[in-house]
This record gives sequence, structure tokens and C-alpha cells, in this order.
Amino acid sequence: MSSDVRFTDFKSDKQPTWCPGCGDFGTMNGMMKALANTGNDPDNTFVVAGIGCSGKIGTYMRSYALHGVHGRALPVGTGVKLANPDLEVMVAGGDGDGYSIGAGHFVHAVRRNVDMTYVVMDNRIYGLTKGQASPTSREDFETSTTPEGPQQPPVNPLALALAAGATFIAQSFSTDAQRHAEIVQEAIEHDGFGFVNVFSPCVTFNDVDTYDYFRDSLVDVAEEGHDRTDYDAAKEKILDADKEYQGVIWQDEASVPYDQKHGLDEDMSEIDEGAPEGAMDLVREFY
Amino acid sequence: MPADFNWAIGGEAGDGIDSTGKIFAQALSRAGRHVFTSKDFASRIRGGYTAYKVRTAVDPVQSVVDRLDVLIALTPRTIEENLDELHEGSVIIYDGDRTTMENVEIPEGMVGLDVPLKRLAEEAGGAIMRNVVALGAACEVSDFPIENLDSALEKRFGSKGQALVDNNKEAARKGRDYVAEEYDHEFDYELETTDADYVLLNGDEAIGMGAIAAGCKFYAGYPITPATDVMEYLTGRIEQFGGHVVQAEDELSAINIALGAARAGARSMTATSGPGIDLMAETFGLVATSETPLVIVDVMRSGPSTGMPTKQEQGDLNMMLYGGHGEIPRFVLGPTSISECFWKTVEAFNLAEKYQTPVYIAADLAMAVTEQTFPPESFDMDEVEIERGKVVDEETIDEWQNEKGQFQPHAITDDGVSPRAFPGTAEGAHMSTGLEHDELGRRTEDKEMRVEQVDKRTRKVETAREEEDWTPREFGNPDSENLVISWGSNEGAMTEAIDFLEEEDVDVRFLSVPYLFPRPDLTEEVESAENVVVVECNATGQFADVVEHDTLARVDRVNKYDGVRFKADELAADIKAALQEADQ
Repeated sequence: MSSDVRFTDFKSDKQPTWCPGCGDFGTMNGMMKALANTGNDPDNTFVVAGIGCSGKIGTYMRSYALHGVHGRALPVGTGVKLANPDLEVMVAGGDGDGYSIGAGHFVHAVRRNVDMTYVVMDNRIYGLTKGQASPTSREDFETSTTPEGPQQPPVNPLALALAAGATFIAQSFSTDAQRHAEIVQEAIEHDGFGFVNVFSPCVTFNDVDTYDYFRDSLVDVAEEGHDRTDYDAAKEKILDADKEYQGVIWQDEASVPYDQKHGLDEDMSEIDEGAPEGAMDLVREFY
Repeated sequence: MPADFNWAIGGEAGDGIDSTGKIFAQALSRAGRHVFTSKDFASRIRGGYTAYKVRTAVDPVQSVVDRLDVLIALTPRTIEENLDELHEGSVIIYDGDRTTMENVEIPEGMVGLDVPLKRLAEEAGGAIMRNVVALGAACEVSDFPIENLDSALEKRFGSKGQALVDNNKEAARKGRDYVAEEYDHEFDYELETTDADYVLLNGDEAIGMGAIAAGCKFYAGYPITPATDVMEYLTGRIEQFGGHVVQAEDELSAINIALGAARAGARSMTATSGPGIDLMAETFGLVATSETPLVIVDVMRSGPSTGMPTKQEQGDLNMMLYGGHGEIPRFVLGPTSISECFWKTVEAFNLAEKYQTPVYIAADLAMAVTEQTFPPESFDMDEVEIERGKVVDEETIDEWQNEKGQFQPHAITDDGVSPRAFPGTAEGAHMSTGLEHDELGRRTEDKEMRVEQVDKRTRKVETAREEEDWTPREFGNPDSENLVISWGSNEGAMTEAIDFLEEEDVDVRFLSVPYLFPRPDLTEEVESAENVVVVECNATGQFADVVEHDTLARVDRVNKYDGVRFKADELAADIKAALQEADQ
């Protein structure tokens, strides 16, 4: 890792095709800054992306990356990290990818607590398929597939994470560039699964959860003197239906990541030229 | 006296049938006898009917037959379930003190040995050892020196203390002595011992051991019968070689975790059965399109849907050959025996990395949960070769960069294989995707690049077709006009069926095909035969279909889909009937 890495080194030469004004620009910039600030470089970073507007991020960033199938980015990131813990693994996806088709994996990735970072670009809408309800859409949010609104409560991703035993829960706002980058940086630095739900507004299909809405309603927990290591206080914030928060809401300081618990610290790409030493013992076991 | 001896213990699930059977099999193996085991079991933990069967001989045995010489019956149902296999003179050992066995009827012509298993076990130190008392009785009946049982008991109970081992030895001797004293009867069997050293293992274990031998360091899976043994084998062992096993939340996750590890450069594997293959089909295309080496084991069981989870079938061939939307390059290897489970797994990892393609290993229940003896040299680790394909490092990476210095993981090449840079390699940062992509791995819908990438991926398989050896295994008379073709675990039954057929003056040439895709072109063999029979455990003849497709000929089919593997004698009769019908 070289110390002179700039965040622009993480930028590929491919121009994003996100709509002008899309929140994902800011989300991605913050991720790149956080990666550079934590001493990473593109050759030791692995970005895994899901499907949706957010999934395009692997193309616009420069790093090792895999753009996988819908909803399964977290398992891929898990495999990458465990096979080579020297890599900085960042998984990115959207609210549909993470909380709908991939919700099962989200819960178990949280439980597993592998030392990686998960950034969800939450715009509360399906953008790439042109405007259908997402799992975080409001109950009365009218879309092409929900003319009267979904008529079911939105998923509270932070509560889902807390219930699954998360060790790091944060929320940020893509346009608040400095705070967003700081929060992602803390998620990277966290020993374990660093989860950041990023409000990343869709300017094309969501006229409710807009930049103005978040600007007006967001409360920064850092300014409220919130103690992120206080589980009950974190729970209260997360279950507070009246407010939207940004900042690091919960961090378990005693977190021991899965990779560490299992003593994984070697790059598994290195193998012997023949059967490994001692393999014949395996045969003898069957006597 | 028949050369082989067939023995079984049966009762309800929870009766300790499996572990008792395994002790007897182990004792025979350690006494230098060949062993082939099979299980009748149900998908339940308690009750029902379950049996562990052992066929043993001094010469290799690789199949089951329709004959049972000695049966330890813990329940009346055990006798009922095996009436077809029991014969005149068969010995049935049972405990008449057991309420359910009190009035049990021993079929005409058979020898019933009423041994107070529970009482004798209690005398030796505990009722729990009643099955071991039965083993002692079986030793007496089969004239098998009881000392051979001792080493198996030590292996099984050694970790729990010498006292328990001694109690078990005592229990076995009580069973032996009871039969010797109470029954004045000459039994027909004599199990001679030899000095040979054999190992005894099942197909799942052979696959797991093959994976470790091949340098596999990563396994992700989700428990499913009959593939779970692969995961259980690797757990606790792969770690000793620097590897790791992850139990995923489902098969969708398992294959993606395994894929992630493979992207990081590890030799990586997952194993499942048909229902899991269905789920994994989603990511299978991504593995192929992102050109990631991955080994996927399908231990087939009876389908469709939940089917008969503990029963044999070879019904997933079409799924492995064609499954997944779009057109997906792949390899499908089908080990034909338990030792081949080991070697085909080693080969699968080499093919996967050389051609950066997913490789299916098509195993089946009949080989996965069956144990067989082999000389340890059958798994000679010095014979294992590792081929990693076109891996580039910091020195060689610039050969594969474009004019902007960007690494090209999907470079168009003559042989279709692109360079591979493991994450962490300096100047190697690159992406890949399930979207159609250009040489940099970035999305494209450019018409020319689309065609070039599809052709490149297809070309890898064509290269492999030319470079690798896809020869089938051959048995029987090479000049026979009768050609039998099969795949998977039928090989064992079929090689023994050849002997049965010979006795009836029917000779056959037998090709056992371990490569399902790409596969050998059998046109010449089929054309030069008068009669062609394809043998497989499914209803529709999936392999027969591809043989017909490849050779533009019609073949006869012998299919079995009742959930039970072919037995050698039964298969011989089926083939004879098929040949007779073809001649008419």
C-alpha cells in the first residue's frame, strides 16, 4: 500500500451513465475518498457490486471488482475476503439488491461479521427498471406497480441489521460529502462488518425522498451527543419512526470479525505444485 | 462355498445401524478383505427401516448383488424388507427377548439364531452394546476370527477410553460364545483373512480428499443429502492445509461465496444435490461469463423436487449439460467409481483453472454414501499434478495490458483462454461482470465484441476438446458385437455383470464414460456394434439421448428409477433381456 494514493486513483476512465444529479455520484466519491484515506490502493481493493443503478459502481471505480447477480454481492464479498484477508473488500448495492432479493444474505452477512464494508445506496425506488416500489419505499408511495402505494410498511434496514447482531451500523447522505466519506471511512476501519445505509436520492423516479427532504429532516447523531457504543440508545434512534438520522449509530467495540475468529490470515491463492505436504495422512485415516 | 459373502444389519433409524455396520466393514477391511457397503436408509432420524449391508470377498468387490447370507434383524420389518435377497440357508440373527421379535417367524429353509443380545450386552457392561454382541455372533457364523473385530472396535471407541473398548470386546465375545455353545450347526461360510492393507472410504470422502489433494483451500456449502458428507469430511481437515469451510445460509449464497474465493485466486468448491443445483443455476452463468474457475459437485439423488432424498438416481444430467439461461460453456465430469471420485476431483480443479470455466462433478448417491476398499496406492498423492493455467504476476502482467496500461482479463486469444491476475497483483486491477463485456471486463453491447467474446468462451471448450484426454474406460471383450455404454456409479455393477453374462455365454464390450461434456465421440464404437445398450439410473435415458445425438444412431436402453442402484446379477439379466429383444 502506497501512502501517496489519491482518491482519484480509484476512478476509472469510464464516465458514469447515472442520471445527472443522481445521488450515486456522491456516494461513490465518498467511498473512493474513504478508501484512499485508509491507505488502500486499487490493486489491494476488491469491490463487489450487485444489480441496479448502484451495481454499475464497479465499472466507474478502478480496483479489482466483480459485478455479480442480483442480490448476491455480499456472499461474493465474503468469499473474496476469507480467501485473501489482505484485500480491502467493499460491497456496494442498492435497496432492492440488499433488502429485497438479497435480504436473506444481508441478515446472514451481518451475523457472520466478516471484516468488510457494505455500502447501500438507498434511494427508496427501483431506478434501473424505471420506477417501481422498493422495499424501502413509503407505504403510500405511488409507482407504476403500486398505483396506491405498496400498502405495506417499508423495511427498516438499520433495525434489521441490529436484530441480526450487527457490530457497526451507520447512515449517511450522499450529498453531505465530507460526513459521508468520514462515515464510510469509519466503516472500513471497523473490525468487522461495517454497514452504511446511504441516502442516495433518485432525481428521476422519486419525488418524495428528495435532496430537499433529507436536507430538511436529517439529524446528525454526532451533534446530539449520541453514544454509539450504547446499545439501548442506538436501538432508540434506529426505531425512531419520526426522524431520519445520519452518523455512526451503533458500534460494538468488542467485535471480533469472522476471519479473525477462524484464524484466517493467509492468501489462499498460493498453493503447492503437487498435493500438499502430509496429504498421504488423509489416505491413512481410512485404514 | 460362494466367493463373496453378503451380510447386513437392519433395524430402525436410531438403532445404531450405521455405526455397527461400519465397525464390521472396517474389521473386514483391516483383515485384508475387500468390502463394498450399501445403505437402505430413509430421510428421518428415528423409526422406519434402515439397513447397512456389506459385501465382502478376497477379490475386489464393486457392486451389490441380490443375495443376503447373514442378516442381523433388530426388527421384524428388517426380515420382510429383505425377503427377496434372503435364500435357503441364510442365517438370521435376532433377539427373541425383544418384545417385537418374540413371535418373529423365520422363513422356511433359513436358520434363525435367537441370541439374547440385550442380556449379553448388559452382562458385558451395558445394553447399548447389543449390536456388538450381534457382531460377535456374526463372526462365529461366518468363521471370521473375532480378533479382527478388536481393531475396528479400538478405532471406533478408542477415543472414549480403554474401558469402553474392553467392554465392547467382551460383548462381542459373549455373542460369539453364545452361538458356539447354543447352536450345534455347521455354517457354510469361512471368511479368510489376508495380509493386504486396504483403506475403506465412500465417494463423498473421496471427493473431499481429492479436493484437498488438488490444493482446494475453500469450500462453501449448504447441508443436503447426499452431499453433506463432502462438507463434513472437509470440516476439520481442510484447515490443516490452510483452508476453510463456510456453511452458507442457502445454496444461492454457497455458490456465490465459493465464487468470491475463486475470484480471489483460491481453488474453490461447492457441493450439493439436485435441489441445490437448481438454485445455483442462477450464478452458474455468472461463473462462466466472468471466466472464474469453480468446481461444483452434484451428488445426484432421486428427483424432481424433493423426490426421494435418500434414493439413487442419475436424473440431473440434462440440468448439468444444459442448465442455466443463455448458452454457457462448461465441463461436466462424471466419476465412475469411488476412487475415480478422487481423481476426477483433482482433474476438475485443473480443468477449471486451465480453462477458467465452471466444472461440474456429476456424482450420484450410490457412490457417495457407499464405502469400498482400495489399496492405498489408489490414492497416490505423488501422482497428483497441479496445473493453474495462464496466471500472470507482476513480472508478466504488462504483456496483457492495453495501450493505457489496463489489464485485460477477457483478452481475445487464439485458444480462447485469457490471462488471470489474482487480486493484489500490482497493476492488475480489473473488473468482471455477468454482463457481456469487452476485453477489460466492462459492459458492452457492441455487436462485434459480443460475437468475439462468445466465440472466445466457446473456443476454450474446443481447445480443451483437442488438448485433453476424453477417452472412456473400457471393459469386457473389445471385439464383441454387443456394446454396453454407461456413466456414473453403474460401472461397478456392470463390470461384475460382465462375469455373470459370460457364464451365460453372452459377451459384451463395455464403455464407461467419465466425461459427459465434452465427451468422447463414440460414433465408431456404436457403428461397429450390432447391438448397443445404454444403462443408466433414470427413466428417460438422458445419456442414451446424447449418445443418439452424437452418433446419429438408435440405441437400446436399460433404465432403473425405483430409487435403488443396479445390482450386478440383476443388471446382467436386464442386459441379456435387452439383447435378446434386439435380436428378435
